[in-house]
Amino acid sequence: MYELINEISRWAIPLTLLLVPLIAMLRGVSVFETFVEGAAEGFTTAVKTIPYLVAMLVAISIFRASGAMDVLVHVLSPILDPLGFPPEVLPHAVMRPLSGGAALGIATDLIATHGPDSFIGRLVSTMQGSTDTTFYVLTLYFGSVGVTRYRYAIISGLAADLTSLVASVFIVNQLFR
Amino acid sequence: MVNYVWLGMIVFGILVAGANGQVEVVTRAALEGADKAVKTSLNLIAIITFWLGIMKLAEAAGLVRALARLVRPVTRFLFPGVPANHPAMGAIIMNLSANILGLGNAATPMGLIAMQELQKLNRGDPRTATGAMCTFLALNTSCITLIPTTIIGIRVMYGSTDPTAIVGTTIFATACGMTVAVIMDRMLRVFYGRQG
Repeated sequence: MYELINEISRWAIPLTLLLVPLIAMLRGVSVFETFVEGAAEGFTTAVKTIPYLVAMLVAISIFRASGAMDVLVHVLSPILDPLGFPPEVLPHAVMRPLSGGAALGIATDLIATHGPDSFIGRLVSTMQGSTDTTFYVLTLYFGSVGVTRYRYAIISGLAADLTSLVASVFIVNQLFR
Repeated sequence: MVNYVWLGMIVFGILVAGANGQVEVVTRAALEGADKAVKTSLNLIAIITFWLGIMKLAEAAGLVRALARLVRPVTRFLFPGVPANHPAMGAIIMNLSANILGLGNAATPMGLIAMQELQKLNRGDPRTATGAMCTFLALNTSCITLIPTTIIGIRVMYGSTDPTAIVGTTIFATACGMTVAVIMDRMLRVFYGRQG
């Protein structure tokens, strides 16, 4: 099963690149011109995200480097410990919605320290795979179209992350403890 | 909401740094964050340009329409404000498929294309998110990845005897998150008033 899904992942993009232009050509589309016409927007779309990302990543960077995140972890861990949630993985949970790279760094460190097949190693692996960098994605996606009022998008995004976190703790406790 | 979170991170960060007697860390961190943001955006230029070209071809060939028609029953429920044959639908579907397959490089440009198309459908204030955008991002950030390749790679690197043991638990946890995302999105959409 894993091999099958891996093969699909490997082939998905090359096949798309083969089939899309081929079918377009067969339907009488002038493929080169159409590609260039579409690609023309690429530069402005990417550059438009700069101010939004700068704003968000500066705040995240300050929050992290100042030690404020450690304070938050310190405050939260006595509440979470009785729920089967080891305090070691809390920095990962706090960092995950903010920065993908930082969260991955924390996960790697925990796996290296406790071993990939330990309870903590498996828990943090599951958390890393099942949650997303919600703030980063919202900033990037909304920024690319100039939206600054996110309405309820942050609430539903964080609710999903929190649910995945609780579900990770639950299922890993059930299966691997 | 985003205003409070943003300001909160900065104010709390500076206060803690000051209390720890290392307030100069803030300046360096701010510049590092800005540097990382600009690099990320610039790195996106190449890949977005490329995928925008491919998407235009797919659209001209009628493939986006065909794909949208295929998953219409699901999308009609999730995106009532988006016409079934609209290009936004095709981009949303391709973004979610790329996410499920763990193809981050393709997922981001597709997602940005989807946002542009959704913005074209925005009948209200262009600076305010529409309901469809919120639904799309709720799905996007909670989406299932069948094979979390990065973390499996790290597990292999540190000598795991069963690196894929976490695939099942990951899918379970993601499924829970995604269910809540869809339900929350529906409830909040009604609560915040229907628009788009």
